Amino acid sequence: MSAITERTGLGFRSRMTNLRRSLLAQHPTMVIGGSMLIVMTACAIFAPWLFTGDPITFNPIDRLKSPGDTFWFGTDMFGRDIYSRTIYGTRISLVIGLSAAVLSVAFGLVIGLAAGYVRILDAILMRVMDGLMAIPGILLAIALVSLSGASLLTVTIAITIPEIPRVVRLVRAIVLSVREEPYVEAAVAAGTRLPLILIRHILPNTIPPLIVQATYVCASAMLTEALLGFLGVGTPPEIPSWGNIMAEGRTYFQLAPWIIFFPGAALALTVLAVNVLGDGLRDTLDPRIAKKM
Amino acid sequence: MTLVNQATQPVLDIRGLTVRLPARADRENAIEGVSFSVLPHEILCVVGESGSGKSVTAHSVMGLLPPKQLTATAGQVLLQGDDLLKKTPDEMRALRGARMSMIFQEPMTALNPLMSIGDQIEEILKIHTDMNARERMARVVEVMDAVKMPEPERLIHSYPHQLSGGQRQRVMIAGALALEPVLLIADEPTTALDVTTQSQILKLIKDIQRTHGTAVLFITHDFGVVAEIADRVVVMQHGLVVEQGEAKSVLTNPQHPYTQMLISSVPSMTPPMRPATAEAPVVLETQELCKTYSDRSLFRATRETRAAHNVDLTVRRGETLGVVGESGSGKSTLARCIVRLINPTSGQIQIDGHDIAGLSESRLRENRRLVQIIFQDPYRSLNPRRTVGASIIEGPMNFGVDKAEALTRARDLMKLVDLDPGSLDRFPHQFSGGQRQRICIARALAMKPEVLIADEAVSALDVSVQAQVLELLDDVRKRFNLAILFITHDLRVAAQVCDRIAVMYKGEIVEHGIAAEVFGAPGHEYTQALFDAAPGRDFEFGNFAAA
Repeated sequence: MSAITERTGLGFRSRMTNLRRSLLAQHPTMVIGGSMLIVMTACAIFAPWLFTGDPITFNPIDRLKSPGDTFWFGTDMFGRDIYSRTIYGTRISLVIGLSAAVLSVAFGLVIGLAAGYVRILDAILMRVMDGLMAIPGILLAIALVSLSGASLLTVTIAITIPEIPRVVRLVRAIVLSVREEPYVEAAVAAGTRLPLILIRHILPNTIPPLIVQATYVCASAMLTEALLGFLGVGTPPEIPSWGNIMAEGRTYFQLAPWIIFFPGAALALTVLAVNVLGDGLRDTLDPRIAKKM
Repeated sequence: MTLVNQATQPVLDIRGLTVRLPARADRENAIEGVSFSVLPHEILCVVGESGSGKSVTAHSVMGLLPPKQLTATAGQVLLQGDDLLKKTPDEMRALRGARMSMIFQEPMTALNPLMSIGDQIEEILKIHTDMNARERMARVVEVMDAVKMPEPERLIHSYPHQLSGGQRQRVMIAGALALEPVLLIADEPTTALDVTTQSQILKLIKDIQRTHGTAVLFITHDFGVVAEIADRVVVMQHGLVVEQGEAKSVLTNPQHPYTQMLISSVPSMTPPMRPATAEAPVVLETQELCKTYSDRSLFRATRETRAAHNVDLTVRRGETLGVVGESGSGKSTLARCIVRLINPTSGQIQIDGHDIAGLSESRLRENRRLVQIIFQDPYRSLNPRRTVGASIIEGPMNFGVDKAEALTRARDLMKLVDLDPGSLDRFPHQFSGGQRQRICIARALAMKPEVLIADEAVSALDVSVQAQVLELLDDVRKRFNLAILFITHDLRVAAQVCDRIAVMYKGEIVEHGIAAEVFGAPGHEYTQALFDAAPGRDFEFGNFAAA
């Protein structure tokens, strides 16, 4: 064991070059997933400049045009350009995926640390989490959206809440094992106060698995958002999202399959990219799990 | 001895064996040009510190080297004249168990937890012989009887977790002997066992070797064990055989400087004369300290485990009190109670006359400085993500020392523990085990404690490193006039560093007194049994440091 750790005793810079080299050689999927995501993000940010037209205004003259030179992805029943709507829809998916990931990890981290380190809170918090896990996620999202009306914020909250318990369980498990480490006990014996012990000695151990978990939350949040949109309880119809584009195109599926195909393909690709990136991250950040798989 | 010396054909003959390490390792070969032989009817001990290549040697004989990582590149391994390195994996499989077998350090992980032990031994017979079920069963009972398992007919139906560590190792030995192999390889078979169990297992291996005539290749790091059972000794260092010969001559008259250093590092069982400390003020005193773990459940009666019961002890300034006992005796519970890592159930812990046993966490905090602890595992005692400097100054900065001052002190302490003060900004993985333990000592001293608790602080270290760390501990005790509570299972270590000894057994202190008196004339029968079990107790290891 000592020999292994001693061998990794390299400087920061050489470790980074090693990381880059090993990334390409050992995790080509991670590089592919990452690049796909970068392209998607660029699409979302630069949407207005990517040869897109107005994604919202109706244009009855051009309704149900098939994909061609003028309309690359065709148009829908109101004459809106599917290409523009799909590109703009990237914004919703990415924003919701990212915020759900950040929010659930942030809340999950705080609750998980508290549950793992403070004995009295543990039982209460974990029972609440068990309760949350028992509610079907989609149902909870539908209930929340129908109670407070559809907006980007409510959809994000609705998607985030069911993801929190999973993060909490992960963090708590890590805290429970790390708090027994002698170096944590040494810090206790040295009079380090609880908040500092959590931040200095325990929190850093949770970061690598949390990054990986966040990618999975992100992917599942994007899927849930699309699903909610498809069910008609997602983001309001005036904001194009992949989910509601597909929902609107449903009735015209046989006539104009492109309305569903292009946003569907975009969604599948993005989720795939995020998951591939997550798997790659897991392999690099936690080689032990990777070997067992 | 004369019987051993008769020039019969060796059972195992290793000639010039070289095993290459993977490309990025710290040296090219794990072992290089290793040559020795094991004769029939003898126990050959291979001794060396960690990383000396003794286990690699044993594993290459068994053909158990991890494929692709370690490969034998030169030499021969002859088992009764057959070169094992030329065998195919299938041929090796047929040989393992039948003509040679191996027992390992950790019997719990070497046994299948889901199979009864009888079935596990029977499986070996099923694979290698064409005995029928009845014959196999009879043989299982027979070998279980041979390793002196009580009531073998009943025990063959039990599972590994139902047996004690010593019994599990007996089962391993029974399995290894089921096919009457000519060679038994034992890789540190008693290292994970308590000292009293260890002595029984050593006696068993010796008996078996005598009655069955099995040749034994015994790997160990413990010279006590060598003195106890070895006929001949091979000493390894950095993958090379540096010395080999008759056990008696190697132990009493080692030729190679490394062997001399190793044997000189073995602590003596006789405590040296130490100045009395009876007048010094008492710093740490526990009164009727108890720790009871209760396992409450809704549907059955509460189970209580008395981990420590009515422990009374005192440690004076400048004195080392040794607490010795076997695993589960409550020594570590006691240490953790005194540092208040766990809360005692009842009793008092007086530090400088103030009882800290019942203080709340916030009141306790100002007293935390006074008691510091050093743990057993140097690899887990330091936060791997923080520099050693940050670890050392953490404590003082908790108590308001400013960073520059804390760093200056940390540099002084690094010097004191014989490490480079410039390496404060390095990370723990850049240090060896012994160096990390020094850093832990520096971290404890940074708090300017009154009491230092060493919880098996040298047990994970190689014997030569252990001697240096013990010397350092003794040096800081004198320099800072510290009270040290030294917890160990190793009687030799206790004899060397402790002024007084307390013997713990099942959570209670059964004997307590001046080290020389306890070692000279143990009063309690458990103490007596413990001392009798210490390997090589009758052997006085010489000091060849000057030679």
